Amino acid sequence: MYDFVTGPLAWLAFLVFFVGVVVRVIQYIRGLDWKLDRVTYTVNVSYGIKGALRSIFFWLFPFGTRSWRSYPFLTLLVFSFHIGILFTPIFLIAHNVLLLERWGFSFWTITEAAADFMTFLVLVSAIFLVLRRIALPEVRIITIAYDYLMLAVAVAPFFTGLMAHYQSGNYQFWLILHILSGEIMLMAIPFTKLSHFVGFFLSRGQLGMDYGIKRGGMKSKGLDW
Amino acid sequence: MPEGTLCNKIPVNTKEELLTLLADKSGKTYYEEMNHLDVDHAALKTTLDKSCKSRIRTWLEICAHCGMCADSCFFYLANNKDPKQVPSYKIQSTLGEIVKRNGNVDNAFMQKTMDIAWGKCTCCNRCGMYCPFGIDMGVMFGYLRGLCFSQGFVPWELKIGSGMHRIYRAQMDVTSEDWVDTCQWRMEENADDWPGLEIPIDKENADIIYTVNAREPKHYPEDLDEAAILFHLAGENWTVPSVGWEETSLAMFAGDWEGCRLQVQAVYDAMERLKPKRMVVTECGHAYRATVIEGPYWAGLKSGKTPVPSFHYVEWVAEALRTGKLKLDPSKKIKEPVTYQDSCNYIRNAGLSDCAREIMSYIAEDFREMRPNREHNFCCGGGGGMNGLGRYREERNVGLKVKRDQILATGAKLVISPCHNCWDAIRDLEEIYKVGIRWSFLKPILLKMVIVPDHMKPVEE
Repeated sequence: MYDFVTGPLAWLAFLVFFVGVVVRVIQYIRGLDWKLDRVTYTVNVSYGIKGALRSIFFWLFPFGTRSWRSYPFLTLLVFSFHIGILFTPIFLIAHNVLLLERWGFSFWTITEAAADFMTFLVLVSAIFLVLRRIALPEVRIITIAYDYLMLAVAVAPFFTGLMAHYQSGNYQFWLILHILSGEIMLMAIPFTKLSHFVGFFLSRGQLGMDYGIKRGGMKSKGLDW
Repeated sequence: MPEGTLCNKIPVNTKEELLTLLADKSGKTYYEEMNHLDVDHAALKTTLDKSCKSRIRTWLEICAHCGMCADSCFFYLANNKDPKQVPSYKIQSTLGEIVKRNGNVDNAFMQKTMDIAWGKCTCCNRCGMYCPFGIDMGVMFGYLRGLCFSQGFVPWELKIGSGMHRIYRAQMDVTSEDWVDTCQWRMEENADDWPGLEIPIDKENADIIYTVNAREPKHYPEDLDEAAILFHLAGENWTVPSVGWEETSLAMFAGDWEGCRLQVQAVYDAMERLKPKRMVVTECGHAYRATVIEGPYWAGLKSGKTPVPSFHYVEWVAEALRTGKLKLDPSKKIKEPVTYQDSCNYIRNAGLSDCAREIMSYIAEDFREMRPNREHNFCCGGGGGMNGLGRYREERNVGLKVKRDQILATGAKLVISPCHNCWDAIRDLEEIYKVGIRWSFLKPILLKMVIVPDHMKPVEE
């Protein structure tokens, strides 16, 4: 089982993830239509690029926009959650040892304590995100089961990773579950709303171009996000 | 397929149809017929396939259901944070469902959709600024209105409005002759007080072609006087076109994209015909949005720009004050606290917030900003056609509370509002809530302060 999930299935997961994400990006861009969207994407390009970069840049930082500043607690949750999810797996020592063994290269690594802390933040943020969904009427009304499923898919590798790391119970069991859940998450990205992995940049970029090219970007410093 | 005689999928294209529709008081028969209107699933599906592309589909798909758009919506705030007013909920339960079911929705669903698309959203686009993914629900509601219109589910007044544009190329039944007559009549009316005052019609190669909102010639001709006097005082070489003089677009509010195209094409044709250096639009927000911001796309202009550079009235005023074309008497500056209503259509959606501040610095001693302001300002409550829709009058009146409270918090009793829709909404909020405020366009304010050179004054007899 271990050989299977770290061998063929891992290859498949990475393949689905990379190809899927690239296809998503291509499909998105091909589906843009200057006349339907009413944005001249290919004419006023410099305004478009400026608008897109502004729209992405300000939103990439906690408290970088008025909206983030309006919800300080949620902002902390969202950023802790995403930073943990994105950086922990890439810079984890265990993953990099594996990378070096299998493919002969590795990235920088973070200390185990840092990795534990970030994993912990992911889990705690996830719990609060769930509580928020239940507690706030304006979030509850738009919440569907799918939202919880996606959260579970995203959090599962962290939960199982932590279990495996501390070897509570059966190490092999948790390890395989950990690898499997990581692979499921990777493969889910292109097909579910986890596609916001790239969709965030595409959608933000598009709206930024809309504002940069058409809605005032040529007559002002740019929208005050 | 039951199509009503008044409520059907065919836009109004003749005067007879228009009169019949107008004769149906408050749209009573129209809305009764709507109960029996079938949804053409095949047509809806075809439209979705052709026009609902990656931008909107991605928006609908990746919405994180986080609720950060809730507080951005003035309807949500005005309705005591009713979760049913959360923008994400409103769009997911309407357009989201239509897309999910690939157009397979029934009459009741379409009526509910219409009531949300026009009765719970003014397409102010504020929510899009607060969504981490940049999901602009105002844009989606605009698109949704188009779907509703194509299926005949459109508020009665806007079916009329779109018909007006199709027939008269104006939002009201003002013909080209009516318009030209009004211009000449106003010129004569003002001849004694303003020697040499002209409203030049169809003058070629002028510096400015001036275009208006049909309400001005129809109901507020003094607005036209004021515009003419200010251009006169500023020494502008200007003109108005006899055809293509109307900037507004109820067709845009209705989601009648062909009507939109016909309307802006008339204005662009006037630009091509008269070859002015630039265009200036009257104090109207959606007119500017329709003709300057969105119009080039309806007309298929690949540059995304109007045939000649186009400016909102506030841009012209700011320039005229900055360059000294118009000189104001500083002693006549407004002394009392005064605030400014940032119109969604030319501030948030066209970037002109600095012009407004520049103007206020010339005319007001105690300018008080609303909070929030500029691009972040709330809709007046009457945008997107809402002011004119009887079916949603109650919803509109509740929505006005946010603007009322914003204005009151400034302590100002005077609101400068260079936008017809905002102007109406603020007038109505005073009528309903009686908070003791006044409101004004810029033109009358400027006329009270402007220095008139001696040679422009009437000769004493």
